[in-house]
Amino acid sequence: MSAPVQAEARPRAAGSPPAAHRRSRRHLFDTKITPYAYISPFFLLFFAFGLFPLAYTAWVSLYDWNLLSDEQTFVGLDNYAELLADGYFWNAAFNTLSIGVLSAVPQLLFALWLAHLLNRPLRAQTFFRVTLLLPNVTSVVAVVVIFSQLFGREFGLINMVLEAFGFGRIDWQAGTATSHAAIATMIMWRWTGYNALIYLAAMQAVPRELYEAATLDGASTFRQLRSITIPMIRPTIIFTVIVSTIGSMQVIAEPMLFGAQVSAGAMATGGSDRQFQTLALYLYEQGFRSFEFGYASAAAWVMFLLVVLVVGMNFLIVRRMRGSLDS
Amino acid sequence: MTNALIPGPATAGVTRIRRPRRGAWREFASRPLTYLTLIAVAFFSAFPIYWSVVVASHDNSALAQIPPPLLPGGNFFANVARVFDTAPFQLALINSVIVAGSITISVMLFSTLAGFAFAKLRFRGRNALLVLTIATMMVPTQLGIIPLYMMMIKLEWTGTLYAVIVPSLVSAFGVFFMTQYLSRALPTELIEAGWVDGASTWALFWRVVLPIARPAAAVLGMLTFMTAWNDYFWPLVVLTPENPTVQVALSQLAAGYVQDFTLGLAGTAVATLPLVLVFALLGRHIIGGIMQGAVKG
Repeated sequence: MSAPVQAEARPRAAGSPPAAHRRSRRHLFDTKITPYAYISPFFLLFFAFGLFPLAYTAWVSLYDWNLLSDEQTFVGLDNYAELLADGYFWNAAFNTLSIGVLSAVPQLLFALWLAHLLNRPLRAQTFFRVTLLLPNVTSVVAVVVIFSQLFGREFGLINMVLEAFGFGRIDWQAGTATSHAAIATMIMWRWTGYNALIYLAAMQAVPRELYEAATLDGASTFRQLRSITIPMIRPTIIFTVIVSTIGSMQVIAEPMLFGAQVSAGAMATGGSDRQFQTLALYLYEQGFRSFEFGYASAAAWVMFLLVVLVVGMNFLIVRRMRGSLDS
Repeated sequence: MTNALIPGPATAGVTRIRRPRRGAWREFASRPLTYLTLIAVAFFSAFPIYWSVVVASHDNSALAQIPPPLLPGGNFFANVARVFDTAPFQLALINSVIVAGSITISVMLFSTLAGFAFAKLRFRGRNALLVLTIATMMVPTQLGIIPLYMMMIKLEWTGTLYAVIVPSLVSAFGVFFMTQYLSRALPTELIEAGWVDGASTWALFWRVVLPIARPAAAVLGMLTFMTAWNDYFWPLVVLTPENPTVQVALSQLAAGYVQDFTLGLAGTAVATLPLVLVFALLGRHIIGGIMQGAVKG
């Protein structure tokens, strides 16, 4: 007697509609077709304005295509050959890598440590979390305007502090190393708290008993961070490394506005000697200052390949770290 | 009212682990290094924003003094008035409200719709399409900016707000976020009961799914509004200086030939403080949303 009831109950639990309704034609249409209607706005708009432009970039990159001239001539891979021979391109690649390493590595390590500090019973947890995320609410433009004042040569607060301690003033925008440090500082300031909160969320999912056992065994908190926390939240660490890498490869607003503080002309070049022009800024200069759409598209595709390459490399490095940590 | 904003699973992310109450000083003395570090970090997080208000409330000559003023002065409103005289800031604020507002409403609606389909409806290719959605979160779409610009010229949208709004109407993160939330918060039995009663899926979406999705959609809305309000690069490319968004107007203000920091930072304050205030009030819920989106599974 109870067997048919169970048979009846099982499909319901699995989420399919009851038998009587499955037969109704309108309901069948409703459950089979409407799901596609619900996801179609997202996919249609994403394909039109996200994926299609990215793919079309490859097509445009094969042409000598200038906004100002009506004719487009097919040039094959000439744009790529020209690009790879362009010293400014490699300069931009170096700057991107340098700023990326300077900002991402300390930022993620510091975020990990901060999350570790916050992952214990503390007073004023909410206050600390809200202030940590405050920089992330501030817009890039605001960040650069504020930090350009702080890094100012004449009246900048940082130089005033340096001078008070007996050091000389630094012209932050002029040098390669100093400008990279200044831009990396802006990126770090904006993103460290955000990453710390992501790590904290992952850390709270780690079973408390592991720490309690480790404490009983006399493991220091640093040892616990290294031997319990980091291995347990590795997926999150990989996630943040990938996201930060993709972000670093596309840095543009910071060098653009930092340069604009010197002169309007330095906006697209990243400083008077291109000392802090990133790849994305180089792309902007070629595409929207010279309007060389074909050439800039080639640069975009090479950048895309570089992103894939660097992300892949970082992924492998972070995954290898697993072995050394577990042993 | 404020509690209604916390999505169920998110509260798990922000649970505060409290120590047994004891005097603040003894609590501090029990972990001095931890507290000192956190206080220093809080100070450095907040200081640049505070500093922008300090600079914005003085005149330029006061900044040249050594030591510089560390407290706000009395010139703030005079500087803000100069901001509105120098750049089309009023128009920029209205434009940004229109842009960020319409993007927010659209992302909330379409993400909830798609999230409902992915979380609770069964259809062919569902898993593959969900994986595709998550993969698109990783695609650096910024690199497609040149064809996108060419499309805007073809559509004759350059210089108009359409060019800024339409490409951002949907978000892969939003779809993922709502899928995660609804698969946990929306009971499947509720949908099935609705079908038994003869309701269409569309009717169920409005009467059952939306009310349940509201807390998470509110968090998604706040995150989306912040991102859209702060977006700079694409508006700079497609808009004209005569019809800017707030961030574009701000960058024009700050990149003048004569460096006028009080003017630039007064503009920064006008563009940033509304968001910072909203964040200070609702920050807990936004943080809950970020932490919830971070933990997959």
